[in-house]
Amino acid sequence: MKLDPKIPSGPLAEKWTKHRNDIHLLSPNNKRKHKVIVVGTGLAGASAAASLSELGYSVEVFSILDSPRRAHSIAAQGGINAAKNYQNDGDSVWRLFYDTIKGGDYRSREANVYRLAEVSNYIIDQAVAQGVPFGREYGGLLDNRSFGGAQVSRTFYSRGQTGQQLLLGAYQAMMKEVHSGRVKMYNRHEMLDLVLVDGKARGIITRDLVKGTVHRFEADAVILCTGGYGNVFYLSTNAKNSNATAAWRCHKRGAVFANPCFVQIHPTCIPVSGDYQSKLTLMSESLRNDGRVWVPRNKDEKRHPNDIPEEDRYYYLEERYPSFGNLVPRDVASRSAKMVCDEGLGVGDTGLAVYLDFRDAIKRDSKEVIEAKYGNLFDMYQNITDDNPYEMPMRIFPAVHYTMGGLWVDYNLMSNIPGLFVAGEANFSDHGANRLGASALMQGLSDGYFIVPYTVGNYIADVDLPKVNTEHEAFAEAEDSSKKIMDKLLAVKGNKTVIEFHRELGKIMWDKVGISRSKEGLESAIEEIRALRDEFWENVNVPGDANYYNKYLEFAYRVADYFELAELMAIDALDRGESCGCHLRDEYQTEEGEALRNDKEYAFVSAYEFLGVNGKLETKLHKEKLEFEFVELKQRSYK
Amino acid sequence: MSLMTINLKVWRQKNTETPGKFEDYKLDGVSEHMSFLEMLDVLNENLIKEGKDPVEFDYDCREGICGSCNMVINGRAHGPKHKTAACQLHMRTYNDGDTIVIEPPRAAAFPIIKDLVVDRSAFDRIIEAGGYISVKTGAAPEANLIPVPQDTSNEAFDYATCIGCGGCVAACPNSSAALFTGAKIAHLNSLPQGQPERDKRTVAMVDQMAKEGFGDCSNYAECEAVCPVGISISSIAAMRRDYIKAIF
Repeated sequence: MKLDPKIPSGPLAEKWTKHRNDIHLLSPNNKRKHKVIVVGTGLAGASAAASLSELGYSVEVFSILDSPRRAHSIAAQGGINAAKNYQNDGDSVWRLFYDTIKGGDYRSREANVYRLAEVSNYIIDQAVAQGVPFGREYGGLLDNRSFGGAQVSRTFYSRGQTGQQLLLGAYQAMMKEVHSGRVKMYNRHEMLDLVLVDGKARGIITRDLVKGTVHRFEADAVILCTGGYGNVFYLSTNAKNSNATAAWRCHKRGAVFANPCFVQIHPTCIPVSGDYQSKLTLMSESLRNDGRVWVPRNKDEKRHPNDIPEEDRYYYLEERYPSFGNLVPRDVASRSAKMVCDEGLGVGDTGLAVYLDFRDAIKRDSKEVIEAKYGNLFDMYQNITDDNPYEMPMRIFPAVHYTMGGLWVDYNLMSNIPGLFVAGEANFSDHGANRLGASALMQGLSDGYFIVPYTVGNYIADVDLPKVNTEHEAFAEAEDSSKKIMDKLLAVKGNKTVIEFHRELGKIMWDKVGISRSKEGLESAIEEIRALRDEFWENVNVPGDANYYNKYLEFAYRVADYFELAELMAIDALDRGESCGCHLRDEYQTEEGEALRNDKEYAFVSAYEFLGVNGKLETKLHKEKLEFEFVELKQRSYK
Repeated sequence: MSLMTINLKVWRQKNTETPGKFEDYKLDGVSEHMSFLEMLDVLNENLIKEGKDPVEFDYDCREGICGSCNMVINGRAHGPKHKTAACQLHMRTYNDGDTIVIEPPRAAAFPIIKDLVVDRSAFDRIIEAGGYISVKTGAAPEANLIPVPQDTSNEAFDYATCIGCGGCVAACPNSSAALFTGAKIAHLNSLPQGQPERDKRTVAMVDQMAKEGFGDCSNYAECEAVCPVGISISSIAAMRRDYIKAIF
């Protein structure tokens, strides 16, 4: 298999324009004849569906939730980056590109990232025109805030609910197209499998989650916008229904999976409080603009945080990284939090937390100013923890948040399966080994509004797509295999619940494939995952049947896939013998404990081909070499 | 950490057609730090182990923003805490030995699917009728071309924060969706970008609301009282004002 990224030739700043000029178009009356399936209705899915429908395609959209408006993009808090340079602080498309590629620790493609920075400005225009109420200055113009990993203020925001407002904008744009009749919406439908005919993606199998019935849908192209796989860890900031099944089923049908070990651990989440915990809640990174991160200098500190004087507080980010201070990128902040907790300086009942303190900001700016900026986040914190962050420091700890890895795509966002496109967090495309804050919303909307509408059209115009119908044997086979998995899960009737298995898997992943990883730990994780997977298939207890609404059957189907994906993540983490971005291997660190990258041997995308699962996961690694023509690879420094 | 015993009365209903009833459960070892939905997770783990059917309820983000959860707790949508979605409610709100009654939001326009899960697709159809600004991808002018006064933008934002949970409908004696519909109309109609379609939007959405079988608003304001994000009933006034203007 040869993985061709299909990057257009020419100067970096002209690649996308040139490509758009070169790609093939379909006439409006021909577009109408072509059907495109969009799976998922987050920022990428909703924006892609709306834009393709506006162009005239017939679009079918699938959401696992009862309304497309609930997709997990809705929970993004802090903001969205764009290179508008409204603050006159020297920002530019180049700088946004450079910060993103550097933030990703040089493990992403230059051309993709440059395009992302290039279209970022159009996203803001589009959102404002849709009525997205971004934060504004007194003069009525758009305001910006600063975010980790950048020295300019380029982040647009709607208080702490930027994801909600952007998603509602995209959702409304899509509902406008539902009204036009070109988008057909299927809510509470989960994609169970991808259907290939003559090697091309030609449809999907879904389950109606209410009626329990299994359905076949055919199309000329399928766009997967199903988000990330952070829920492999059980505890994460992802929503409870976010899952990897659609992506993993595509992988099992031949789509290669790229950089599975690149998982972002977000530094500012509310710490775990007990075994019953079902999810973790993120506190926006924007809090680090005004909050100062610290731990007590002394291990045996017993005083209330407010009584600890300045000289006994260890502002470890400010001390270690004086130029970026509390605004270092997420990977650096998370790793530092783990380091101080490993040294025994952690706070709270578990010792697995650090302080995020607003005392000085309130003194400087007043409580009112801080409340206006972060009020809803402070309320959320108080609601969950019962502590008042205006009066005492927040306690925070890193948590699994975002997966940079995902299905491999070329410059057109098409996987190695012709006709299968992957957008948003579900692809591996733009963030390398670490994503900067406020860049997920940018990527989801860039992919959906401004990239796939062009590249899907080019594909449909280019290839021969004979009519298929759902009577084709490929549909029957895929439907049958999905039903068999459900039957098998229901037939086990074992003694452990799905949640118990998932929690155990999550613990293995957090302990050994989490913030820091070692050869020894990863090898043992792989063994443990295999053993637990075997036990799952012999001892899981899935209640009820497949004939009606059954949440625990949905979970079981997803957890079965996590068991395979988890092994791939560990295999990839073991193979990548370097530290880069969020991937910290204990064996590869500088003397100061910073990530030690190895560009000579590892400047590539790891892309795995699925060969089978037989007690162990059989995979084949393909390497897409990353060429850096325009930026110089440097040791990242935020000091 | 104190552990509590909680008595639950939960609405169990097999499907839309079959009548439902309350079932009693006793749950031990409930931690005050658990969220309300985590408490129900524990109940379900117990039920599965006993070979019984777990309670179905909608949830997703569990951080109060997706609007999936919308159960009625002791007669109040989302439970007793002001401006708090059911998923953000914590068991520290309750005392050892308390009895909690949990039922789905009841409205003709929200048919019950199973247990606490209801069909809220009527909300999507109200948005579909006109809850948007028609701007095609790529056609937008430069974002700072039209300044929007900060107060206007903030007001639009407050209305735009509706999470579409349907708690307002559950609380309303008329099962009206006026707060949901009004919030979207007030959001879009207050912005300069929303003006060209103002009348058309207002009429289409209000008419769709009636068509879905939601009742009319009689100014009880129960909706505002239970709204987990605090949407103001001034949105309903704005909707009425714009509707009258639009039809005459």
